[in-house]
Amino acid sequence: MAFLSKIATNNGHGENSSYFDGWKAYDSDPFHPTKNIHGVIQMGLAENQLCFGVIQEWVENNPKASICTPQGSNGFKDISNYQDYHGLPEFRNSVARFMEKVRGNKVKFNPDRIVMSGGATGAHETLAFCLADPGEAFLVPTPYYPGYDRDLRWRTGIQLLPVVCESSNEFMLTREALEDAYEEAQKANIKVKGLILNNPSNPLGTVMDRDTLRDAMSFITEKNIHLICDEIYSGTVFNEPGFISIAEIAEEGAVCKNRDLIHIVYSLSKDLGFPGFRVGIIYSYNDAVVNCARKMSSFGLVSTQTQHLIASMLSDDVFVEKFLDESAKRLAERHSLFFRGLAKVGIESLKGNAGLYCWIDLRRLLKEPTFEAEMELWHLIIGEVKLNVSPGASFHCSEPGWFRACFANMDDETLRIALRRIHKFVIQKTGSDQPTRREQYKRSKLEISLSFRRLDEFTMTPRTLASPHSMTSPLVRART
Amino acid sequence: MKLLSKKVKCNAHGQDSSYFLGWQEYEKNPYNEVRNPRGIIQMGLAENQLSFDLLESWLAQNPDAVGFKKNGESILKELALHQDYRGLPAFKNALAEFMEEIRGNKVRLKSENLVLTAGATSANETLMFCLADPGNAFLLPTPYYPGFDRDLRWRTEIQIVPIQCNSSNGFRITGSALEEAYKEAERRNLKVKGVLVTNPSNPLGITLSLHELNLLVNFIEAKGIHLISDEIYSGLVFNSPDFVSVMEVLMNKNYMNTQIWNQIHIVYSLSKDLGIPGFRVGAIYSNDKEVVSAATKMSSFGLVSSQTQYLLSAMLSDKKFTKTYVSENRKRLKHRQEMLIRGLRNAGIRCLESNAGLFCWVDMRHLLSSNTFEAEMEIWKKIIYEVGLNISPGSSCHCAEPGWFRVCFANMSEETLNCAMQRIKVFVNSECKTNVNGSNRNQFWNKNSRRKSLANWVFGQSFHDYKYER
Repeated sequence: MAFLSKIATNNGHGENSSYFDGWKAYDSDPFHPTKNIHGVIQMGLAENQLCFGVIQEWVENNPKASICTPQGSNGFKDISNYQDYHGLPEFRNSVARFMEKVRGNKVKFNPDRIVMSGGATGAHETLAFCLADPGEAFLVPTPYYPGYDRDLRWRTGIQLLPVVCESSNEFMLTREALEDAYEEAQKANIKVKGLILNNPSNPLGTVMDRDTLRDAMSFITEKNIHLICDEIYSGTVFNEPGFISIAEIAEEGAVCKNRDLIHIVYSLSKDLGFPGFRVGIIYSYNDAVVNCARKMSSFGLVSTQTQHLIASMLSDDVFVEKFLDESAKRLAERHSLFFRGLAKVGIESLKGNAGLYCWIDLRRLLKEPTFEAEMELWHLIIGEVKLNVSPGASFHCSEPGWFRACFANMDDETLRIALRRIHKFVIQKTGSDQPTRREQYKRSKLEISLSFRRLDEFTMTPRTLASPHSMTSPLVRART
Repeated sequence: MKLLSKKVKCNAHGQDSSYFLGWQEYEKNPYNEVRNPRGIIQMGLAENQLSFDLLESWLAQNPDAVGFKKNGESILKELALHQDYRGLPAFKNALAEFMEEIRGNKVRLKSENLVLTAGATSANETLMFCLADPGNAFLLPTPYYPGFDRDLRWRTEIQIVPIQCNSSNGFRITGSALEEAYKEAERRNLKVKGVLVTNPSNPLGITLSLHELNLLVNFIEAKGIHLISDEIYSGLVFNSPDFVSVMEVLMNKNYMNTQIWNQIHIVYSLSKDLGIPGFRVGAIYSNDKEVVSAATKMSSFGLVSSQTQYLLSAMLSDKKFTKTYVSENRKRLKHRQEMLIRGLRNAGIRCLESNAGLFCWVDMRHLLSSNTFEAEMEIWKKIIYEVGLNISPGSSCHCAEPGWFRVCFANMSEETLNCAMQRIKVFVNSECKTNVNGSNRNQFWNKNSRRKSLANWVFGQSFHDYKYER
């Protein structure tokens, strides 16, 4: 009997998680402004759809960038034939320059250290293959992007150990939490090879301050472990404080003693809104890692057709500046619309200044402070409010009641509809749209019994959601 | 504490192989008809550069396909956002139909059984991850494509055990070679999970015979293991016999919906047939739903750019174009292969009789000083540094017999190929002169004036411009 591998048959791909029930609900009943106005609105997908007009205009004005227009078809042969894993020089140069601009030109990137990968998904896996052996571990602050479980662990055999961050200090990373996590690993006899930071953070939508970054740097230096900084959202910072890249800290000699330990993951999927083009980047200060990752990039090179387009686009300084300004402006507006809309019904979110989502505090709507209650609330939100938001448990959050809701993957009107639905839901649940703190406490007891009754109705009504096995997997996007 | 993984430090990436070293030498001194006529001619790269004009003219007539437009309307946003690992449906449909066309429409392929990957490199690695655990083994007939050492083994930690094929029967796979390989794996305590063949073969340039295909199917059925057929060159069969895919054999034996139907998987890519390796378009085809499901999830690590999927879906859906392209491409390959064969024959060198691919499997055994791989390396170095041709030594393809070389013919202009043939002729003549004069080969190749004058005569410049043993 020809069996499949353990990897093929285990759950390491992460798609059997109940997290995907929301996706399934969306797939079976997707919102449409005219054809399905009562459908599920997708707020679980961190996509940046705000600036396509700007990009489309550029593409139409620059036909050569598409290589194969009548103006540019004689470039076709060289581009389509070029399979060198170093990548087109103009691609690497333009990506390095773009990364510098996103960081306010405060750091310099060497194009020779730019390595391609199949999206940030491929970048993470490749770095894991380069930096750790099966059974070894990376530390990762919670809450974190669910895809890391697959990207870093599935085929590599590496473990992820949480560094717990809490709402009491707005989920900021502390030295204490890092040391605790490291110590636990030691006790369990697990060798820690590195720390992964996601800055700006998904799902928090916040940036790390200089002290935290320096602390992290001194921690990894002391332990002699790697630091992987996923800066995929670096170009989505729309408010103060500004973004500080690990590249800046890497240039502080007093803090950064060994640049061989520093590696950055980047991608154009979020900043430019191009997840379909699969442009992932590893930038490492370590020559051996650059060398090895480059060889491994054979498994996920960027199509030269796309490299050529990106090279042309990103070397147009005027366009890049216009785009980054416009994108920040639109993200700020969208974020403000959503943030204020939620506050109107007393829903607080973490004060974020980056990313494509809000990290929302729905703890007061929980029946009780448990993850079961979070799941129940979530199913309610999907089933009745018809919004696919992402529960904190799927991000390994240590506290129940937090949810991530995306706001940049739809138009203004859809977002307003989503907000109206949220308002209605909260008012129904709490009996008011502006609860005070004290009232909140009382109401939460009342609301618990009310919501409990509602949930009973909800759970006792026969559901007609398709069984998970009849749906194609909702993790069809490479990255959520 | 060691800082990097074992994978960084081991050699399983395969890049220290002479196959790649030859490329590096080429890169240091690349031939150019005008700017560097004495440079090294690249004959170690299996690329199809013969039919770009056909692609370019199609593109010129179909600007929407590359301009992110559909019926004149921009679909940039839709494409840029499309990261669905199931791929663009229109592209998968077109690809499945293209693959059927190449197989003479003798098989039916379903697009839902296709998984898109970033090139065949990624497809092969992904299949290994799906079908085998670290430490398991796959059997491969030798000689085989050097890249398999990396693609199949490096990050997967799977082992390759060779199925030894030799020149006595034209390097065909035999039943006894299969059994012997299986026993060898057992002796090494390795669990065999499958057989991987390339059909048409790289580096041999031949299509597998019906007999070989039946042998393989029977073998994997008996052992309960998988068969991967890498059919990356399936569109480049330019002489009889016609290409027969393993899928066709199964259909003819009425094996649909049997267990073995699920044990056979095909790897494909557009890098060779269309000559677009830069676009990274690969695919796995499997009838096993579990394999398709697992491979699809894994394809997240190397998806095909949606920009490229869209372009190619338009191109491959143009049936008139694909028919013309495939047939014209084959004609040009055949012509080119004949040029190479003639040129080599002129120099007294024979090749394995081949009908496919972008290369010939060339017999230089008679030029070896001894029947050893060391002698093969000696000749190879001469050919690179003195003759100025990068060809691939058989040892880099794990050939069991020294003296065979893979020589590519489709990645250069006709003029360049002619130049290469002239150089070979001169080289062989000088080798013969050496033999006639009775000089010991080693003596000849010690730095002496005869060598200098050969170098001068062939390349017309100072001896010191050439470096040896870099």
